[in-house]
Amino acid sequence: MSEDKRKLLEVLHLKKYFNQGSRQEVRAVDDVSFDIYEGETFGLVGESGCGKSTTGRTIIQLYEATGGEVLFNGQNIFKIKKSAGRNKLRQEIQMIFQDPFASLDPHLTVKDIIAEGMDVHHLSGTSKERENRVYELLEEVGLNREHAGRYPHEFSGGQRQRIGIARALAVDPKLIIADEPISALDVSIQAQVVNLLKKIQRQQGLTYLFIAHDLSMVKYISDRIGVMHQGMIVELADSEELYRTPLHPYTESLLSAIPQPDPISERKRQRLEYQSKKGNGQMKKLREIAPRHFVYCAEHEVTEYQQKYKTIQNEKEESRDEIN
Amino acid sequence: MTHSKILEIEDLTVSFHTRVGDIQAVRGVDLELYKGETLAIVGESGSGKSVTAKAIMRLLSKKQSSIKQGSILFDGIDLSHASEGQMMNIRGKDIAMIFQDPMTSLNPTLTIERQIIETLRMHQKLTKHEAQKKAVELLEMVGIPQPEIRNKQYPHQFSGGMRQRVVIAIAIACNPKILIADEPTTALDVTIQAKILELLKDLQKKMDTSIIFITHDLGVVANMANRVAVMYAGKIVEIGTVDEIFYNPKHPYTWGLICSMPTLDLKDKELYTIPGSPPDLIHPPKGDAFAPRNPYALSIDTLEQPPMFRISDTHYAATWLLDPKAPKVSPPDEILRRQQIFERLEAGEVVQ
Repeated sequence: MSEDKRKLLEVLHLKKYFNQGSRQEVRAVDDVSFDIYEGETFGLVGESGCGKSTTGRTIIQLYEATGGEVLFNGQNIFKIKKSAGRNKLRQEIQMIFQDPFASLDPHLTVKDIIAEGMDVHHLSGTSKERENRVYELLEEVGLNREHAGRYPHEFSGGQRQRIGIARALAVDPKLIIADEPISALDVSIQAQVVNLLKKIQRQQGLTYLFIAHDLSMVKYISDRIGVMHQGMIVELADSEELYRTPLHPYTESLLSAIPQPDPISERKRQRLEYQSKKGNGQMKKLREIAPRHFVYCAEHEVTEYQQKYKTIQNEKEESRDEIN
Repeated sequence: MTHSKILEIEDLTVSFHTRVGDIQAVRGVDLELYKGETLAIVGESGSGKSVTAKAIMRLLSKKQSSIKQGSILFDGIDLSHASEGQMMNIRGKDIAMIFQDPMTSLNPTLTIERQIIETLRMHQKLTKHEAQKKAVELLEMVGIPQPEIRNKQYPHQFSGGMRQRVVIAIAIACNPKILIADEPTTALDVTIQAKILELLKDLQKKMDTSIIFITHDLGVVANMANRVAVMYAGKIVEIGTVDEIFYNPKHPYTWGLICSMPTLDLKDKELYTIPGSPPDLIHPPKGDAFAPRNPYALSIDTLEQPPMFRISDTHYAATWLLDPKAPKVSPPDEILRRQQIFERLEAGEVVQ
């Protein structure tokens, strides 16, 4: 990805606290910043409760942010007052949800589910045009036009997720936030849906924010990845780079915990335990350790991480030499 | 691993009754479980892996389903015909089960202690006091800190991973000979999953239990299993040791499963997918049920069910491709790469 790519979405110091001010205050998202460039896939990974879904939902304003800014096309979306502006935004950012069973209204036919957004945004045109657009979308996501008159319960999980994707595409969005879109599906179906998402992205130049806990899939689909832990991004890098040279101990522990479909490497795999360190009052933030590779740390830790980065790189090269 | 059989399933056939006809969820499964081993059963949802497990435990509803055929031999008893009284003695004592969802497999209105003691006192002659002591020991064994305090708490006071530890504590309370784990880590985060898997392996070593591990995650299988059975449309299509299944798979369905996992250097290539969807098991296809989705299908596949072909003493697969008369086909690249590893393993090399 080249540097001159345009930023489509900028998230700046985003905060979302639940029960703010009360004793049960939960800082689900605590000062999260990242950019998403036009046409790329940005992956957000972490374990349950790390705040990744809350981040996605706050960006699309399903939750009201406690603090921070989100710029979409350079415009602060929390400051848009006019309803016309808001409608436009809601058209341009769409969401695909995790649960294909709960996210489709069981009372509506597939046609009405897909066209609902078009109706709201006055994109449907005549009923013939509306119908044709639905057929087109169904075919695009690998279903067929006969499915238009059916109800969600007649479909399998993978097919429902395709309907959810068609619904998101119906209003010509620029950015799609996919919140665990494949977690509820079987492995072989996951691959189908991921291939579909990639195909659509290639054809339409869409930008994705892909939220998931399955690290191997996230790596496969994302250009860059942010690792979240306790409401913060602890590491952010290009996806290859992140997997090759994880620097933050939390990222290391997360990567070391994934079982690989390979019995030989499984017999050797050592899991690293993560002990969260208390910062002794030092100002921690994301700092650039290597080009485009950021780690959440205090200033004095930067040299440590840079050293670690070099060591890992040297090790990789040595092992490569050994093989050759 | 010793080779004494502890469980022997033959020709197990299970159907569910629905208004539109009988769903043939399990269609003639043959399976053996050896002492102290972990046997993984993998397959897509609806392949019959959980139904097989529930049939062993006789947890299938009598109203909605029936074991049509076959036998499940455990300790000289055919479980498929055992009375409810006999099953009450076996369940929880000789064969215990861990379910997928730790949120729903515990009773929210009872303390953890009550739920552990229930199993203990049902199968062992213990006084209340002894049972309480044992409950604390069990919680300690599964790695729950402060067991005396945690014992008196309710399930909602535990996190998902801790709840699954409680479920495991209940399952191992009576030192079962067989532990059936049905997707025990699917609902958990990877780091928690790793800890639960380590715990299960550790307990297995201590107690010499046999484990039937049901999952669709091939990474978990590679980590846990000694042997693997691959199920598709109610049948076992391939079975072998973990190395045989991962490095020398023979069934095109197994190829598809392995290839649809993203591996490291795949960035811009498409993921391999298995086209189509599983067959309708109310009217299962005549020949090989996988044939319509199988790019390597032969014409005989649509006519006749393939038998289990022997590859080695431990490795069998049901595909006509293994028939001596079948044409030679070349499996996907990823499988070829794995077969090279297998050749080196066979040659006794230490593969890194």
